Amino acid sequence: MSTLRIAGGLAVLLALGACGEKPQTLTHRKADSPSWDGTKNGFVARGWKAGDQTSWEDQMRLRAQSQNEYVRAAAKPQ
Amino acid sequence: MARMKFICDSERCIECNGCVTACKAEHDVPWGVNRRRVVTLNDGVPGEKSISVACMHCSDAPCMAVCPVDCFYRTDEGVVLHDKDVCIGCGYCSYACPFGAPQFPSNGTFGLRGKMDKCTFCAGGPEANGSAAENEKYGRNRLSEGKLPACAEMCSTKALLGGDGDVVADIFRTRVLTRGKGSEVWGWGTAYGKPAGGGAAPAQPKATKS
Repeated sequence: MSTLRIAGGLAVLLALGACGEKPQTLTHRKADSPSWDGTKNGFVARGWKAGDQTSWEDQMRLRAQSQNEYVRAAAKPQ
Repeated sequence: MARMKFICDSERCIECNGCVTACKAEHDVPWGVNRRRVVTLNDGVPGEKSISVACMHCSDAPCMAVCPVDCFYRTDEGVVLHDKDVCIGCGYCSYACPFGAPQFPSNGTFGLRGKMDKCTFCAGGPEANGSAAENEKYGRNRLSEGKLPACAEMCSTKALLGGDGDVVADIFRTRVLTRGKGSEVWGWGTAYGKPAGGGAAPAQPKATKS
């Protein structure tokens, strides 16, 4: 009889356990690291130093000039 | 450093979709999601114009304003990014964006709308720069590799310019002055605001005595 009660109690506990609610924590966006920190893969462009913001900014300006055909080509605007 | 910006020169865009392909390939963007696309106005009519459109990384981004879970953030370089782990895929940003930039993959069960995906200016997301997790969620992080967005660097006619706002604006200005036309930059005013106090005020008509 007592075994039956214990088994019944466990069954009730198990059944009620399914009604429990998972803890809800407020998720918030993660902090991002700056681009000038660089990355460690093998595709990093040469000519700048990872971790140096000024160096990275210079690299960005230099790289943007590759879109300027007046710099790339000999023909410059008059 | 100025903010990172895109300019599309409608006088040069030939609707080749090279920018779209470059973006798709670089970030392994799934079917149904187009972070960048080419829009043609007056298609088939002589004088048609095409522009390449993606997230413009607005100065005062409406997507950031309407997001109910505040998943957007702006980097020091002015790039508007978002955290996919926080995004709930509600689609508010899609309604707010004037450029139609937010995209939603719909390959789930019952056409489930997934988490928002958009152009990252090739700057990845909040995960560690160049990490596998970042690559999987947001694609390649070219800025941390010292490179500019793939779409702009791959553009064959250099119609699409991307990079430091001051630099790309100078490049565009030189072009306009040289060719003497095509100074309209569609989307520029919407994304980055009108210049404050720039340009001369319109002439006022002189008062005349009757």
